[in-house]
Amino acid sequence: MNDCQLPTEDCLLITGVGIISALGRSVKETLDALRKQQSGLSPVTILDTKLKHIPAGEVKYSDEELLDQLGISTGRDAYTRTALLGLAAAEEAMRMSQSGGDKKRISLVSSTTTGGMRFHEKNAREIFSGTIDRKYISLLDCADAAQQIAQRFGITENITTVSTACSSSANAIIVGARMIKNGLADKVLVGGTDALTRFALNGFNSLEILSPDGCRPFDARRNGVSLGEGAAYLVLESAATARPERILCRLSGYANTNEAYHQTASSPGGEGAAHSIRQALASAGLRPEDIDYINAHGTGTQINDLSEGRAIETVFGHHIPPVSSTKGYTGHTLAAAGAAEAVISILALQHSMLFPNLRFTAPMPELSFTPQTTLEENAPLRHVLSNSFGFGGSNASLIFSRP
Amino acid sequence: MMPAYIISTGLISPQRTFENDFSCDADTGGAPILTAVEPDYRGLLHPVQLRRSSRILKLGIGAAQRCIHNAGGRQPDAIIVGTGLACVNDLETFMKSIEESGEQGLSAIPFINSSHNTVAAQVARTLQIQTYNNTHCHRGASFENALLDTLMLLQEEEYKHVLVGGIDEFSMHYYRLLEEKPVAGEGAGFFLLSDTPPGNNSVKISAVKTFYRPPEDFIARFLEEQQLPAHQLDAVVLGINGLPADDAVYRRQIDTFFPPHALLAAYKHLCGEYRTAGAFALALATHALWAGAFPAPSVLRPGASGKLQKVLLYNHYQNCNHSLVVLEGG
Amino acid sequence: MEKTALVEQLKAQIIEALLLEDLTPNDIDPAAPLFVEGLGLDSIDALELILLLEKHYGIRVEDPKERREILQSINTMADYILKHETEV
Repeated sequence: MNDCQLPTEDCLLITGVGIISALGRSVKETLDALRKQQSGLSPVTILDTKLKHIPAGEVKYSDEELLDQLGISTGRDAYTRTALLGLAAAEEAMRMSQSGGDKKRISLVSSTTTGGMRFHEKNAREIFSGTIDRKYISLLDCADAAQQIAQRFGITENITTVSTACSSSANAIIVGARMIKNGLADKVLVGGTDALTRFALNGFNSLEILSPDGCRPFDARRNGVSLGEGAAYLVLESAATARPERILCRLSGYANTNEAYHQTASSPGGEGAAHSIRQALASAGLRPEDIDYINAHGTGTQINDLSEGRAIETVFGHHIPPVSSTKGYTGHTLAAAGAAEAVISILALQHSMLFPNLRFTAPMPELSFTPQTTLEENAPLRHVLSNSFGFGGSNASLIFSRP
Repeated sequence: MMPAYIISTGLISPQRTFENDFSCDADTGGAPILTAVEPDYRGLLHPVQLRRSSRILKLGIGAAQRCIHNAGGRQPDAIIVGTGLACVNDLETFMKSIEESGEQGLSAIPFINSSHNTVAAQVARTLQIQTYNNTHCHRGASFENALLDTLMLLQEEEYKHVLVGGIDEFSMHYYRLLEEKPVAGEGAGFFLLSDTPPGNNSVKISAVKTFYRPPEDFIARFLEEQQLPAHQLDAVVLGINGLPADDAVYRRQIDTFFPPHALLAAYKHLCGEYRTAGAFALALATHALWAGAFPAPSVLRPGASGKLQKVLLYNHYQNCNHSLVVLEGG
Repeated sequence: MEKTALVEQLKAQIIEALLLEDLTPNDIDPAAPLFVEGLGLDSIDALELILLLEKHYGIRVEDPKERREILQSINTMADYILKHETEV
């Protein structure tokens, strides 16, 4: 159906990707760390928190170092860490997809859950007492990071920020895809960014779902999430305007669905997740057996992994393709997770690689499958599925395919 | 893109709009902060939901339920919400508790409620809608971006009806931090949009676009793109909020681009300034098109002809987020 | 503390912590199950009840199985608090 042997108008092409996370500050550093099976989880050293001992996927650069890497001299301006991470990843994606002097209509669909919270926490006393310099107020909400990115690349039309908890950037990718399909833009920069915050650490801690020693997705002994921070952006283009030499892969299918079940938990039977995967397959015109690798949401909580595992069993039956969660490398980067895992899925496709699920020790008794635990370097992949599920029953599934 | 037709509205605002009364003559007594006139939520929310719901959730679910009720109970195929600050009061509560407790013994409820997609998710849970669910949090363009998302969805076969809302509650926390204070407001406005006209006297949204720091002539360019000559506009609804710097932006556009015969309407003196005030504007204009006239308290300058068919909504937030919506009556 | 007084105190504390504003202590049957039936509480409420035990009674319960036993009803909560008091 949507098989783009010959690019058609309906084809959604990816011509650039960029990522910054605990694994590094480029696609290359990310691939190197994945290949070495190196986890980015470590005790927190940069964020000021009492929960420093809990391992997290922290980007080990201070705000000053990030500014320096971006070549920004602040002057009177201030930048949130969320915006700096976003700028770093967006810059790499835009550079990769660079299309010279051609005038393309560009839009931006960003996403975040923490927005300016990190800045708010750092300046809590001044903000709560009302003594903060008023020029910083615009840094506190969700729109700031997107607008900093828009400013940097001169994007002025149809700029938005999606916020659907942990599925945010997967949903941002879906909104961007529809902008291309409807001819609203030639090129859309899509993705998400989130900085590590006391807010998220303490929030997950209050729900008692933070892993004390590092997440172990799809493991019988799993004990919660490891949080992370970072940003990832992709450049989506239509077949009509993408330069063939820039095409990395296709976004061949996508789905955004809702569980309508519980405020935070997913349905134990995985019905919601299965619905999301099936709908993505249908939109791609693919059958379950066409999927060669699943980059799972796999947070490492009791409920998510059981629910997602059951959903995978429901949809794929006895032919379950290799499954891994890469959250053991990056930590759960919240709004950035969908786009970060999209980038990792694209790397898997491009390099014919399967990235193992870290820290796996024991199979879950409820499931018929275990995650991929070894690095494969010659896996011929055609189609990769990436799942992202969030609070509020917000589920999203994306399918990336070879061009 | 094909237009989207407005089937019904559900609006909780500082006016008596929940009862579908759009006379907009509530006496606000020159108050600096306009608060929403809230309905009795019993019957609109499930008791367990009511218990743990913060105020914004009640506003959101209440307005969404009203919208569905006004559409004769027709269920949507998707739910999309625009909210500038989302559950800002819960967020502030949790932040304060982190600071005060030294990061221990925290209640999870304000954390759970502070997720930006809480309203869209809880509306989905209330109505049991398991399809597309999205939330846009983009300051002054949140609602208009949600509308754009809605229009895009309605181009596809699977989506016949989409419930879209704009919602923000008053936040004293943010209000205190504002340098210049317009009349502050709040509201929850939901709309059931359809890909097919509901019958006679239908109102359709034919175009939506949002802008970030656009060039000066962006309205002229937009009208050209839409093949809508300015002289065809019967009314222009402006987001004038009483702050000289903000209003000067509208004045420049009025003098340059808008036809002298068009009716000019304003609404932020009725609902206050907030990041999704565009939802109030859309409800106001929709009801004006249905009724054939804008309510007197909203009219800045009457139209020359009395004809009311094509309406442009223009709103901006701090001269940074601008949005344009074209609305057409039957 | 005597058990009847403790039960009344717990009812008030639960109403406050779980935002059960529509209820008075008299509406709550201390023997009725707290979850699913009875008050119809869920997993988020369970976390709040664990927090309540910690805050007001200095009791921290980690083991999920033990938690389930303690949080069956207000009576079981009260029994546990009394047992904990005598042990201390």
